[in-house]
Amino acid sequence: MLKQTEGSHAVAEAVGLCRPEVICAYPITPQTHIVEGLGELVKSGHLKGCEYINVESEFAALSVAIGASAAGARAYTATSSQGLLFMAEAVYNASGLGLPIVMTLGNRAIGAPINIWNDHSDAMALRDAGWIQLFAETNQEAVDLHIQAFKLAEILSCPVMVCVDGFILTHAVERIDVPEQELVDAFLPPYEPVQVLDPKDPVSIGAMVGPEAFTEVRYLEHHKQMRALDLIPELSAEFKSIFGRDAGGLVRPYRTEGADTIVVAMGSVNGTIKDVIDDRREAGDKIGCLSICSFRPFPLEEVRAELLGVRRIVVLEKSLAVGLGGVLASHVRMALRGRNQLVYTLIAGLGGRPILKKSLSAFLSKVEAEPHADVHFLDLKNDIVEREIERASQQRRSGPTAENVLKHIGSPMAGLV
Amino acid sequence: MMFQARFHGRGGQGVVTAAEMLSVAAFLEGKHAQAFPSFGSERMGAPVVSFCRISDREIRLREPVLEPDALVIQDPTLLHSVDLFSGLKSDGAVIINSTKDVADLGLDALVERLPAGNIRSVGATELAMKHIGRPLPNAVMLGGLAAMTGVIKLESVIAAIRQAFPGAIGDSNVAAATAAFEVVAANKKDAVSC
Repeated sequence: MLKQTEGSHAVAEAVGLCRPEVICAYPITPQTHIVEGLGELVKSGHLKGCEYINVESEFAALSVAIGASAAGARAYTATSSQGLLFMAEAVYNASGLGLPIVMTLGNRAIGAPINIWNDHSDAMALRDAGWIQLFAETNQEAVDLHIQAFKLAEILSCPVMVCVDGFILTHAVERIDVPEQELVDAFLPPYEPVQVLDPKDPVSIGAMVGPEAFTEVRYLEHHKQMRALDLIPELSAEFKSIFGRDAGGLVRPYRTEGADTIVVAMGSVNGTIKDVIDDRREAGDKIGCLSICSFRPFPLEEVRAELLGVRRIVVLEKSLAVGLGGVLASHVRMALRGRNQLVYTLIAGLGGRPILKKSLSAFLSKVEAEPHADVHFLDLKNDIVEREIERASQQRRSGPTAENVLKHIGSPMAGLV
Repeated sequence: MMFQARFHGRGGQGVVTAAEMLSVAAFLEGKHAQAFPSFGSERMGAPVVSFCRISDREIRLREPVLEPDALVIQDPTLLHSVDLFSGLKSDGAVIINSTKDVADLGLDALVERLPAGNIRSVGATELAMKHIGRPLPNAVMLGGLAAMTGVIKLESVIAAIRQAFPGAIGDSNVAAATAAFEVVAANKKDAVSC
């Protein structure tokens, strides 16, 4: 049903339609509205057969989901930022044990300095934890990806993280088609576990594995994700046949035909990028963009194929690998190995800084004449940075960086409008 | 064409809900709409900003509203402390919650810059006190915005208010918004006749 609703609320409805049996909830901004919405669905009786468990921390949230999943229940939780880091050990356990938990990550920056706003630092911090990671471009896709995520997770017996940009999507109210229960039931069969803790047929899950078999267990985990490279497009096609719209898949090109330049990005910023592409195409620029929906597994072959023959690739990413540059850009370079294509790293939107059409278009205008690919920061306030470097060099006890920078910027809300 | 509105007020005045209700009203008219807050750590009394875009086509843009077609100022104490008018289009509309005449608000430069009648005041807090019994100007201002811009019909605003606030609270908000619509619509006629 088409409705004008908040992204978080629509995600809660979508998760409810997937008939989860256990939901473990611990609040953290900007994810909180999702688990609140699910709490309402359970309490009001709209979501039946589901145990909603309030836990005492994120570590507990995922640990309880692990127990529930091992006992054969369809389990769900959601978190953001420091919450994901606090549950990090359990994140590895869920994938290492092969438990098909679905978790929403309302993407948010990681402190210090503390920051509640959106970027992709949290998802990138645990990118190698063995979870499948899918990025939603719109709230419609956030809804649709959750429905696909349960099916993908359960076919492979592998946990899936659906990454939804905090605030930008979670708090945006827009037109969303929330599917009918019958369609979701037709797409997503009841959970049939490949392993289950059952007193009538006892098994042990979580054995210690020594050097004699650890590599093999890890290899099999990798093998699952390689299978996901085939499964993700298949499920996307099956989803379309039932629900009538495109959602998910590995990558999504936009106006890339004959392009000299392609912008690569993940998540909601692709909407803004598409508007920039349309403006620049109209002005005669041969430019397109490529949205990466599946970050884990990373679709090396599809990215390589989509970027064939393109002169310049601008990888816009909402996280910074401090001391290196871009995480996504490094992946794109791996996809392009052996090819002589320029890959620019453009760090943007850190800690919620708005990614403006104007700024992005200005960067794309100068990129042709820009010989240095690494690493650019969109809208970096150079004067502030230089003043702080100079100030700190003048005295040993120069004090905390963040507080000193804030002194020169003023209100934390300055520049947001 | 895309219509972009920016709402300014203080935490507790329903600034975010106002943008959401406007988006629901546009949705009910079959349009695409996107409402979102300025994502601050919102606190009672602190300046708050929210945004709403309305279009006939899918809205993909995710940047804040930088060049608004309309500004809704829910709290006049912000007028001279925050740069409320940043980026306002040359033919933009401004509606301010105040019982004062626009001429008495100290906004001469802005009045001069905008077409005649594009900046108006309405005593939304007073209308809210009268009808709702609480100083909540958000739904009231939407009634004024509907009269002033015509971007949205009053009945769509009323339906959106009822969706956000079912029951008696919805009724009183609808009464206040309708009163604001009538005040601004009457003003508009005055402006046209003189």
